[in-house]
Parts: sequence; C-alpha cells; structure tokens
Amino acid sequence: MSDAELLNGYLLLGALLFVCGVVCMAIKRNAIGILMGVELVLNGANVNFVAFSRYNPSFEIEGQVFALFVIVMAAAEAAIALAIVMNFYNNHTTVDVDTAEELKG
Amino acid sequence: MNPKDALFVIVASWTGLSAIAVVVSQNIVRSAAWLLFSLAGTAGIYFLLGADFVGATQLIVYVGGVLVLVIFGVMLTAQGPFISLKTSTGDWGIAGLVGLIFLGVLSSSILFASWPVASDARMKDAAYSKSSVALGQAFLGIKEVSGPGNVTSFPSNAPRTRLPMGYLLPFELVSVHLLVVLIGAAYLARAKRRLRKPR
Repeated sequence: MSDAELLNGYLLLGALLFVCGVVCMAIKRNAIGILMGVELVLNGANVNFVAFSRYNPSFEIEGQVFALFVIVMAAAEAAIALAIVMNFYNNHTTVDVDTAEELKG
Repeated sequence: MNPKDALFVIVASWTGLSAIAVVVSQNIVRSAAWLLFSLAGTAGIYFLLGADFVGATQLIVYVGGVLVLVIFGVMLTAQGPFISLKTSTGDWGIAGLVGLIFLGVLSSSILFASWPVASDARMKDAAYSKSSVALGQAFLGIKEVSGPGNVTSFPSNAPRTRLPMGYLLPFELVSVHLLVVLIGAAYLARAKRRLRKPR
C-alpha cells in the first residue's frame, strides 16, 4: 500500500472508533457504559492526531503533543465522571441513566 | 502485501472489532473487557505509526489507569440487574441506522479528500520514531520543534510557513488542570459522614 492509502486506513480506523463511541454513548443505559463510549471517541481523535504526525513532517511533533494532551484530559475526565457516577449510585442505588430525571421540568 | 501493511491490517481490525464489541455486548463486564482489547490495540497502532512515547503513555495511562478506574466502577455498581441493562430493539435500530449513516459520511469525506502526504525521507523509514527527548523539548519550548513547515490548504493570503513553537504554557495549564481535577474527584467521591449534632 502507498503512504496515502495507509493514511486513509488510519483515518478510517479513527472514524470507526469515533462512531462506535458515539453509538455507545447513545444506547448504553449504564452510566459506566457511557463513560466507555467517551473513551472510544477520544481514542478515535487520538488515532487521527498520531497518523497525521507520521505522514506530515510539518506536524510530526504537534500531533504527538496534542495526543498526549488528549490522554491527560481523558484521564481527568474519567476520574471526575466515575466520582459522579459513584455519587449517583449512592443517592439512587442505580446506575441507570434513564432514572436521572429530577431536573426534568 | 508487505509485512508492514499486513501488520496494520491485523492491528486495525483487532482494534475496530473490539470497539464494535464494546458497543454490542449487553453485559457491562464484557464491555469493559472488550474496551481493554480496543485500547491495547490503539497502543499498537501508535507503535506502528512510530509514536513510541505516545504508545507507551497509552498503555500506562489508559490500560493501566483509566481502565482500572472503569473496572472498579463496574465492580462497585454491578449488582443484580445493573450488570446487563437491556436496550430496547427500537433504540438499537435507530442508533444503528444513525451510526451507519454517520460512518458513511465520515468515510466518504475521508476517501474523497486529498490529504497532503509529504515525502520526507525520514518518514519513509519504518524504524524512525520521534524520541521522547524531542517531545520533552517541545513541551518545555526550549528548542525548535518540527521546523517551519509548509502548510498546505491554507487560505492563499495566509503565510505559507508556520513558525516553530513550544508548548510550555499548555503543559503548565494541563498539569494544574489535572491537579484540580484529582482534588475535585477525591472531594466528590469521599465517604459520606452522617451529620451529627454536637452535644
């Protein structure tokens, strides 16, 4: 495969991870399942960053630097989201997000 | 098919199929296990792309840290009915349809766009990888990174070259952000003490 075809392959993989994450966020009723969807979305974005850092010398540092920033953000997001899920579970004794409707007007 | 391409096809299909399995498996414990395979496969993708440091960070932070957090969350909350919360068939149909349409839009835009693939001799070398020293220098901003590159598909009146720059300020911001977030997470998840009146 040529370089352009390989780059397309990496970008398609990133798109697949992104779509899997979005569908996961949409259909999972378990709050932790939704968190897994967010992780998949961030991974899809990261694959794109690193692929461009490999195939475009102008971005060879930038792609990897942004990927590292995204990983740090994902770790922070996972910590906060799990704390919120734990609080929700303590207060409602369920992790079904469909039952979180107190703010409904 | 040369070994490099074959390796890409194997690792990419491993990662993609695991990601699909995360979505379709109803049991939350199995989803977590498939997520582990998918994240590890993504680390393999980074190694294939010559980003050794990012791949190692992915293994340490994601597979070692975030996934352990997720599995702890699953273990603490997976009781009785919550292990497999069923999604209704109608929801599956709508979500699958929207997902397929979304994937089609993304794939067609990827395949029809012409991405600038630069021909740098260094980039042709599969064994070439950016060392972590260069990444650290980019974070500290003490040395030119990437060099003034030729940026394609910019508006024609914009300057065609991009100045090298460092990332010290974002690095500081993200570290303070991580500190604040960890304190906040510890505060949110603390053990609740019952309010008791003194006396």
